Amino acid sequence: MEKHDIVVVGGGPAGLAAAIAAYDKGVTDVVVLDREPAVGGILRQCIHNGFGLHKLGRELTGPEYADAYRLEVEKRGIKVYCETTVTGVNADRVVTAQNKEGILKIEAGAVVLAMGCRERSRGALNISGTRPAGVYSAGTAQKLINCEGYMVGKKVVILGSGDIGLIMARRMTFEGAKVEAVCELMPYSGGLTRNIVQCLEDFGIPLYLSTTVAEIHGKERLEGVTIAQVDANRRVIEETKRYIPCDTLLLSCGLIPENELTRGAGIPIDPITSGAVVDENRETATPGIFACGNVLQVHDLVDYVSDEAEIAGIGAANFVKNGATTGKTVETKPGNGVRYVLPQRVHTESGKDVSLFLRVTEPFGRVRFTVKSGDVVLATAQRLKAAPGEMEKITVKSEKLAAAMEPITVSLEVL
Amino acid sequence: MKRELVCIICPRGCRLSVEGEGENLIVTGNACPKGKQYAIDECTHPVRTVTSIVRVANRVDTMVSVKTAAPIPKEKIFEVMEKIRAAKVDAPVASGTVILSDIYGTEVVATKNID
Repeated sequence: MEKHDIVVVGGGPAGLAAAIAAYDKGVTDVVVLDREPAVGGILRQCIHNGFGLHKLGRELTGPEYADAYRLEVEKRGIKVYCETTVTGVNADRVVTAQNKEGILKIEAGAVVLAMGCRERSRGALNISGTRPAGVYSAGTAQKLINCEGYMVGKKVVILGSGDIGLIMARRMTFEGAKVEAVCELMPYSGGLTRNIVQCLEDFGIPLYLSTTVAEIHGKERLEGVTIAQVDANRRVIEETKRYIPCDTLLLSCGLIPENELTRGAGIPIDPITSGAVVDENRETATPGIFACGNVLQVHDLVDYVSDEAEIAGIGAANFVKNGATTGKTVETKPGNGVRYVLPQRVHTESGKDVSLFLRVTEPFGRVRFTVKSGDVVLATAQRLKAAPGEMEKITVKSEKLAAAMEPITVSLEVL
Repeated sequence: MKRELVCIICPRGCRLSVEGEGENLIVTGNACPKGKQYAIDECTHPVRTVTSIVRVANRVDTMVSVKTAAPIPKEKIFEVMEKIRAAKVDAPVASGTVILSDIYGTEVVATKNID
């Protein structure tokens, strides 16, 4: 059986950054497995700019950001197996994959899971109506237009105001389509403000909040959609129903971490993040298996994916060199106004500062976050504004952490 | 004339109001000087980076992604898109290769490698 110190599953931004970080920590026998013909993951179809401002200090397009990491991987001589699909990972860290040459089994010293996420599909959304052509997930349309040069439609309605939906509204407009509306079920948009301004307002595309697509019409090809406002319980308000003729409906209704391999390995999943339960090194509950990037929690910016992947890569390298991290751990829990906290488990006596990542439950103005263990305050942080679409990071100092005896709770108060 | 803008410099997203004409613009609603500058730029000479794709003529179903090397005037976006749509390139293409030159003071360059 082939053996490597570290096997990284997925060659997108998370996998590449994890491989580089592990190598730079002194574990040079790293192999990256990816099912696509080239590394870079979803960045290869994200041809718009705005990547890298935080991490690399310059504004890049998706393919350029991916290429910056690919070059670093090549420079180090890290092995990359493309067109290789991982079909299984087990708790003993044996990775099974498949490619043109057949079935491959690799025994790994440590595994980094970096499979990314998938889009929520029409089936998962339960939109009623017929099943015509012309209904695409926003990412599928993005790949068809940007990678294959195939224009998907001319008159478009977009459901969901996440960043991919907003970016596609602009992209379709650039290519001559008319975007009739972007509908958002929630009373606020999950997209970044800059995308609402530069992708919708620049082109006069209306954004309808608390609005959904109630029905899809058309036999062979989509002919139109019925949109409607929803009440506080997200139920359609009948009298607000309105028909919009269109030939294309794009769905941008959330991303779901792709954790089939994680579940297959018997690794516990957090029901809120839909990713693995991890400690501060991004190690899952199964020793030697780490997770990072959108397979762990869906991120807003690729820059933060790279940051998280570096933590996982370093964690995996330390595991290979020194074995598992030992010592006391406490759980973290979301408190008032907080939807989730990651990592879900923290070693208190590692002597290192730990950053907690979290999302709030709804948009807030000025808030103060308080990190507590029992009655002991470990950290506080103030923000001018907090929104579910923007991940928050609060760092707890090592000396404070050492005092944590009970579960750590992060809660917010509105100021 | 009064204009309402949302500042995109930071996540706070200040709601800005701009009043006045020409050189005499009065910005309100900004929490910092960057917001004021953003509002003035947006009202006097808004610019945007345009990203798109160009067909690779000697490869089947292959596109190379491109961008304007610097932001261009916002009102020229669709003119630039016309030029990008008409362009073709032959592989191999390296990221950074100039595809179109003399585009409102900048160039359109490739952002992907096509072997």
